[in-house]
Amino acid sequence: MTTQTAAFAVSKKSVLLPILACAVFGMAIVFVTGHVQADLLHDAAHDVRHATGFPCH
Amino acid sequence: MFTRIVTSALFAGAAAGLIAALLQLYFVQPVLLHAELYETGALVHFGGDAVSAHQDVGGIDPLRDGLSILFTMLVYTGYALILIAAMAFAENRGHVVTARNGIIWGIAGFVIVHFAPGFTLAPEVPGVAAADVYERQIWWFATVATAALAVWLIAFGRNWLAWGAAVILLLAPHVIGAPEPDQFSGPVPTELGALFAARAFGIGAVAWVLTGLFAGHFWRREADREA
Repeated sequence: MTTQTAAFAVSKKSVLLPILACAVFGMAIVFVTGHVQADLLHDAAHDVRHATGFPCH
Repeated sequence: MFTRIVTSALFAGAAAGLIAALLQLYFVQPVLLHAELYETGALVHFGGDAVSAHQDVGGIDPLRDGLSILFTMLVYTGYALILIAAMAFAENRGHVVTARNGIIWGIAGFVIVHFAPGFTLAPEVPGVAAADVYERQIWWFATVATAALAVWLIAFGRNWLAWGAAVILLLAPHVIGAPEPDQFSGPVPTELGALFAARAFGIGAVAWVLTGLFAGHFWRREADREA
């Protein structure tokens, strides 16, 4: 019983960690491409930011 | 799990992003370029002479449009990663994700990241007056976060407490209000601004339905491959 509970806890944790990592990874991509105001990024992504409804400048 | 989420998100995001980029280039970009003629002062609205509504806005600009395609694909890959992470979380709790119900996930995504913030901070055509960009970004992120929580509560909540909280979360950012400019000083005709916002919403909806559909499809396909 104890072993089962431990195994279950491990599998829950091993699922949640990659889910969280992917979500954070995705948010980082959206933040860098859509929101960082560095000139180079802003100019390259300018049209996309407007068309996607992000606050641009 | 990590590989499965990343693989399906790359396929779904790239496919939906590519279609979204092509739709944007065809339907949104000409409106944006037209507005930029007013933003730069090449055309003057309500100046001395009447200005024709039909302007040559140029054709395809390989560098500029190429970057737009690349960045749209990146943005939707980012969105797909978040969406599929949420799908994986829901499956972990007993919900089954398919290509078909992925469409509903996609519509929810559109409501969260386009419609909820855009309801008060409408998609801006270049050359309109707006408040400080950092303040708007904070409001944008706060609105997306509350809308995401609200949509999750509507979908997976089981009682009126959850649904009531969702309604409050959806309304709060708009009742509080977004950062607005002090004066309206935009030189762009309102017709262009309205068309731009409508098209940005329309393409956003299509892009998100496709993101949800592809996310569900590739998520299932990767599951079958692992099984």
